[in-house]
Amino acid sequence: MVEMQLRFRSDEPVGDPAITVDNFGEQTNAAAVRIEPGDDARDLLPFLDRLKLVEVNFPAFTDGRGYSAARVLREAGYQGELRAVGDVLVDQLFAMRRCGFDSFAPQAPLDPADAEAALARWSDVYQATADGRPAIWALRHG
Amino acid sequence: MKILTGNDLKSGAVVWWDGSGWSLHVADAVDAGEQADAILATESAARRVNAAYAIDGTREDDTVRPAHIKDRIRALGPTVRMDLTLKPADPEAGSWVI
Amino acid sequence: MYKYDSYDQAMVDTRVAEFRDQTRRRIEGHLTEDQFKPLRLMNGLYLQLHAYMLRVAIPYGTLNSAQMRVLGDIADKYDRGYGHFTTRQNIQYNWIKLDEAPDILADLATVEMHAIQTSGNCIRNISSDQYAGAAADELVDPRPYAELLRQWSSFHPEFVTLPRKFKIAVIASDTDRAAMRLHDIGIQIVKNAAGELGARFYAGGGMGRTPMIAPMVCDFVPLDQLITYSEACLRVYNRYGRRDNKYKARIKILVHELGRDEYVRQVEEEFAHLLTQGIEPPIAELERIVPFFADPAYDVAAPDTLDRSDPDFALWLDRNCHAHKQPGYSIVTISLKPVGGIPGDASADQIRLMADLGRDYSFDELRVTHAQNIVLPHVRKADLYGLWQQLDAAGLGTANLDQIGDIIACPGLDYCSLANARSIPLAQKISERFAAPERQAAIGELKLKISGCINACGHHHAGHIGILGVDKKGVENYQLSLGGSEGADTSLGKITGPGFDEDGIVDAVEAATDVYLANKQGGERFLDTYRRIGMEPFKDAIYAKEPANG
Repeated sequence: MVEMQLRFRSDEPVGDPAITVDNFGEQTNAAAVRIEPGDDARDLLPFLDRLKLVEVNFPAFTDGRGYSAARVLREAGYQGELRAVGDVLVDQLFAMRRCGFDSFAPQAPLDPADAEAALARWSDVYQATADGRPAIWALRHG
Repeated sequence: MKILTGNDLKSGAVVWWDGSGWSLHVADAVDAGEQADAILATESAARRVNAAYAIDGTREDDTVRPAHIKDRIRALGPTVRMDLTLKPADPEAGSWVI
Repeated sequence: MYKYDSYDQAMVDTRVAEFRDQTRRRIEGHLTEDQFKPLRLMNGLYLQLHAYMLRVAIPYGTLNSAQMRVLGDIADKYDRGYGHFTTRQNIQYNWIKLDEAPDILADLATVEMHAIQTSGNCIRNISSDQYAGAAADELVDPRPYAELLRQWSSFHPEFVTLPRKFKIAVIASDTDRAAMRLHDIGIQIVKNAAGELGARFYAGGGMGRTPMIAPMVCDFVPLDQLITYSEACLRVYNRYGRRDNKYKARIKILVHELGRDEYVRQVEEEFAHLLTQGIEPPIAELERIVPFFADPAYDVAAPDTLDRSDPDFALWLDRNCHAHKQPGYSIVTISLKPVGGIPGDASADQIRLMADLGRDYSFDELRVTHAQNIVLPHVRKADLYGLWQQLDAAGLGTANLDQIGDIIACPGLDYCSLANARSIPLAQKISERFAAPERQAAIGELKLKISGCINACGHHHAGHIGILGVDKKGVENYQLSLGGSEGADTSLGKITGPGFDEDGIVDAVEAATDVYLANKQGGERFLDTYRRIGMEPFKDAIYAKEPANG
């Protein structure tokens, strides 16, 4: 179990172990689930009410399916914790935040100063995504 | 012989393992033999070389000839810009590549 | 042309700082090469055979003279005095040092340029019609839509690690000068029956080892849904594109394996969902961008007649100048294909001269074409003779546009770490073989394209004559194909048969042109004759003399 390094929520972290998407549908009381790159995040949509933690696994940082999974969940109204786990690197943090991740459990600990700099680097963005930042076009035509 | 090559991390220049460091000249390449993998691992980790790999080569009169044309072009420079190669004054340099 | 506001400028400035930091972390050892490689690629920095190579973005191929001048200065300051214009309408430098790359980006940012997403598994620089805004046959200028897409695609957080690279082209005329249907997404701006503008989408085209012509996936997307539809296309690809095999990871394979109809169904489903998400810029944003591409202040009294008394000038005029929508003006293509030269290469001095000529003769505007030439889009006919004289004096007056000497060639094994064979020496030999202008004129339009490997950066599949370099047990070998085309009549070339060595392929090309000349009827181009008489006569001639060595 890798350690959570960054968290951008004020509620208490969920202690439940995250179970696989396959097992999730049967365990009607499970509150934590882990998505693998090949899983369809939309399978979870009927259960968003009882979900408190969704872990999205990045076995390799080059596999970007988890970014879509995160946005799919946030777009459907999921409010619980969305945690990126696995091969999570400094230079992917900002895009992950924008897709709706609000906690990070990298398998190799990140340099805290580098992580902070990466998350603070961009003041404005071109797209409207899951983090609620206004896109540049919205600022232009506000 | 087994020779080692890669690119210098900062400059990107093509370099060859000369037994103690990395030379710009393929003529300096030495046979790394059984040590090839170990040298590549150490040198890459120390960031003295980038994207390094081992290839076959043969010693010629005054130089070393990599087995594959790609590495011969790396050793010389672009055949279409002889002025930018390591042997701009050698009219035979292009035919060595082929 | 488009001008950055403070937001756009902040994006490129921030990117310079970010890449400087990433480079520092790589040099200090905080990033491994495996971790750094996707980061530098997303900034156009490759490690090639001899050095790092930097690919600079020229969005939709349009630039002003100040930008062109900086491209020349960078060639001198950081490279070896030249640059290479590419089939993606970009420029690349071959001799870059890693620790200087951030400084180059900083220089580029001073003239609103960058290298963002010119490589890597992301949405690449968006290409367009090199005659946009000047062509007589266009519905509207396609570049405002390309600019809207450029901003949307820059640092799009969901699409930073796609299965593979993703290329988009936007055109707005029925004559396709951008090989639009050979892109991952091709967009044609069209009008519907009600007279409204919209976007026709094609998806799943591409070259590479499995060339495919993109099928149409939506015949009319309203302009106020353009970004949302694009996002739906990309999301389906990001979620379901293959990641198990890099050679099957392009969207063309997904569209092919799902079938066009199933891909469309999934996109439509995603599109319907995304329409509820408020991700579309307001139409006011498009309206903000459009005026940047307004017509320049043409001289309406510009004379439409020309003095053709200099025969060399007349030859260049007929070859390299194209009809402009404004009477009294011409679209000029500067050929970067001198006889025996390196296709697409230009020296720093030539780049700066073209910048000056763009400033003096073309309302400060230049274009890069996917055929690796430079366009001055708005030249007064009265200025053409003076312009040509200056070009000719600088070795830029070659009159061979769309002829056999106007060869597209990738850098090939002289520079590229992916290549299997050299491309440039072939281009040089072929252009020398067909150097005589009267011979080229007799052959007429013939698009010859050379790739040094199956990745097809030289677009060989789309060449009337295509050449593909392969590695045959350590020896360069070249396959010939005939009948490709990239225009409105897009088709993929067919291989003639066994391959050739370097001299053999030049002979084979000559044999093919001889068959054409012996069989052509009326005004047929090489491609038309090939389509009419088929492969056999060509094959018979190409392989007649002696058994091929392949």
